[in-house]
Amino acid sequence: MTEATPELAPSDALVASAHQTAGPYWHLVDFPEWADTTRHFADRLPEGAERITLAGTVKDGKGALVTDALVEIWHADPSGRYPDQNGDPTAFQGYGRCATDKQGRFRFVTLKPGPVPVGPHAGGNAMQAPHVALAIFARGLLQHLSTRLYFEGEPLNATDPVLKAVPEARRGTMIAKPAGNGTWTLDLRLQGEGETVWMAV
Amino acid sequence: MSDVVHGYRRPNPATQPPLNSPSYGSTHARYPTQPLLELPHTLTETSSPIFTPARYPEVTDLTVLENGKGQAMGERIIVGGRLTDEDGRPIRRAMVEVWQANAAGRYNHEGDTHDAPLDPNFRGMGRVFTDDEGWYRYVTIRPGAYPWRNHQNAWRPNHTHYSLFGSGFAQRMITQMYFPGDPLLPLDPIFNTVADEAARNRLVAKFDLEMTKPEWALGYRFDIVLRGREATPMEDGHHD
Ligand SMILES: [Fe+2]
Repeated sequence: MTEATPELAPSDALVASAHQTAGPYWHLVDFPEWADTTRHFADRLPEGAERITLAGTVKDGKGALVTDALVEIWHADPSGRYPDQNGDPTAFQGYGRCATDKQGRFRFVTLKPGPVPVGPHAGGNAMQAPHVALAIFARGLLQHLSTRLYFEGEPLNATDPVLKAVPEARRGTMIAKPAGNGTWTLDLRLQGEGETVWMAV
Repeated sequence: MSDVVHGYRRPNPATQPPLNSPSYGSTHARYPTQPLLELPHTLTETSSPIFTPARYPEVTDLTVLENGKGQAMGERIIVGGRLTDEDGRPIRRAMVEVWQANAAGRYNHEGDTHDAPLDPNFRGMGRVFTDDEGWYRYVTIRPGAYPWRNHQNAWRPNHTHYSLFGSGFAQRMITQMYFPGDPLLPLDPIFNTVADEAARNRLVAKFDLEMTKPEWALGYRFDIVLRGREATPMEDGHHD
């Protein structure tokens, strides 16, 4: 016996399950401490780590605040690495979850990610600019919406393969601005004027 | 982007609910009107957080609270199934989160004002982990139907919300499990946003006598499939 992943017989019946909305009552799985990815580390942050705050609002197509959204972040560590599935589960990981509040605001505390290689099939070590994957779940969203948050002023933004594919006029919807004290802000618009660039992941 | 691989297969649109679904009123001001930009799957999309019961404690029996006093009211049921990807590979040690209304159709949530009783012994949140073969299981009470204001005399069928993670963030998914034979299913705009009938029906749990525990609780099986990997690296940004 090898330790290879056991596979079921190939079957045409296996098709990815359908998404459905998180609805308005998803807060039963809201754990506010999850909005701070550094909560297990206190002062033992990884070498070179910079603690940052990511904040913004979510608005709908009428410009109304979205006060019932579940926002998730996923990003690399300060050295640009993601956790190894067989690695140390207590190592830093850039996963957070946050509910928007009555003012439609989300707020995460995390570590600024480093540049990330495109991937193992990239044919080289092409680098992506530091970025944070954002996923928005809510009532009225039958599948979650996905985008990325980039950081204004990062030199790699100019060559990032994802940003480059976005029409220049809309790139700003994905680029967070510094607001002092390590805070970066990015407002999200589900629909309409200034609509965020949403992505089919 | 010629050097980027598509890590996971793209879904057949008929098997997924469109964001713009007019019959579901809450979508009207929330669906993007600009076309979605197709994101290549980089390490960000093919990696995923690691969840362990040590950091994310399990809640496998929703019918009792931590203090062990008092039993939730309603019909006790056992729910379980297998989490795999489209290639049949088990999603191992994955965190499965569930939440639901109580037997009376009321959520333990400040926003739920339905005139039905709260149950002091029922919170309505569960968290379990799959085993090495992808199996999960929990005990709960059957959730009640509840009214909503989408249209005249609108009621949501009995359902449980599920939140799932795979081995890549591109597999992240929230969905709902429904119950067989529910007369509200043909009337439910949310369930029926999935155009493909087979895909819709895969969201319906199956009564399972094997899982049913004699003299104790009915069993329902609900398997969940996350996206499979692309068979071969794509040369180009284009695919069909
Ligand atoms: Fe619900």
